[in-house]
Amino acid sequence: MRELLSLMLGAILVENFVLAKFLGICPFLGVSKKLDTALGMSGAVVFVMTVASAFTWVVNKFVLVRYELEYLQTIAFILVIAALVQFIETVLKKLAPSLYKSLGIYLPLITTNCAVLGVALLNVQREYNFGEAILYSFGAGLGFTLALVLFAGVRERIENCDIPESLKGMPITLIAASLVSLAFFGFQGLFQ
Amino acid sequence: MKALKTLTNGLLKENPTFRLVLGTCPTLAITTMAINGLGMGLATTAVLVGSNTVIALTRKLIPDKVRIPAFITIIAGFVTIVQFLLKAYLPALNETLGIYIPLIVVNCIILARAEMFACKNSVFLSILDGLGMGIGFTFALVIMGSIRELIGNGTIFGITVTANLFDPAILMILPPGGFLTYGILIGLLNKFSNVKIRKTGCHGCSVQCGVSSSNKGVGAQ
Repeated sequence: MRELLSLMLGAILVENFVLAKFLGICPFLGVSKKLDTALGMSGAVVFVMTVASAFTWVVNKFVLVRYELEYLQTIAFILVIAALVQFIETVLKKLAPSLYKSLGIYLPLITTNCAVLGVALLNVQREYNFGEAILYSFGAGLGFTLALVLFAGVRERIENCDIPESLKGMPITLIAASLVSLAFFGFQGLFQ
Repeated sequence: MKALKTLTNGLLKENPTFRLVLGTCPTLAITTMAINGLGMGLATTAVLVGSNTVIALTRKLIPDKVRIPAFITIIAGFVTIVQFLLKAYLPALNETLGIYIPLIVVNCIILARAEMFACKNSVFLSILDGLGMGIGFTFALVIMGSIRELIGNGTIFGITVTANLFDPAILMILPPGGFLTYGILIGLLNKFSNVKIRKTGCHGCSVQCGVSSSNKGVGAQ
């Protein structure tokens, strides 16, 4: 129990996907302008990451490993993720239109979100079992959410600041991200 | 003339890293050392040239509605090839780049070039475009890597430069240094060139990585 908890907390804080592993930087910079879009995107990412890692784990264990096709991992995983995202989109549209309205526009962007493929590959590389893989992915998704929501707050502040002309927009956003990332560094060594 | 323009386009005018701000994940993650930047850049270039070639060759065969999944599969194929080549001939580099090699599949630059250029142009021009963009990306990664390695470790390409003169600031080769270097480099480019980079990430991105544009359009993906 303790181990599982530290695995998940580690994924959220110590190995934060955005701020320590640089996965999912595009949505991190792209949709963190407002808090509500940040929350919508994060919700979609947590959901897709957890479901995708479950599917890719099963595909890897029962198809790729069994038939010695591990070399097809990259292709198989990206196709599973793309199909899954498409499937979730269709299902949500049909069954939960209100949820689709809030998450739907973010779903297509998630196929090329490297955090999703990244977590699937890490699960295999670190040889997690099914439960660990799910928890780790869920934790990683929560870490993504935490980073995105915190950063949305930072950016709302930046909007009102007097910034040198050439640093406006992208540069100041990256420099602010560097400070947030530095703050997350404090979590290093939380688990020994 | 058009060929030359296509080739040099990616080097400066539309440099994927500094002007289009695409492929930010590998740019930040692996530029802790100049040599890693060079390796990652060349691996991406190889994939880019390969995928651009095949996509330009098959551009009339792929139906518009399934083009994004088709492109992703083609790209994934080339990434797998590069992965094997690295594993066989440069195992040390393969080890340091780790999961960022398979993650070339989701590098926005490659899908963006497929979507913006290769599926509309001839094979020859697409190869040149892939080469230009790839070299531009490599160039940017090597610059980022050199700066971070120099300040963070006192070396460039492993050759000691300032390590004996003062204590290197390790922060620069840690994640916060990546964001900082990238931010300051874009800031300097804004200051000393007439093109202003204001947009941030996918939403404000004029070269949408295909996926977000198909979102509004056919809804194929």
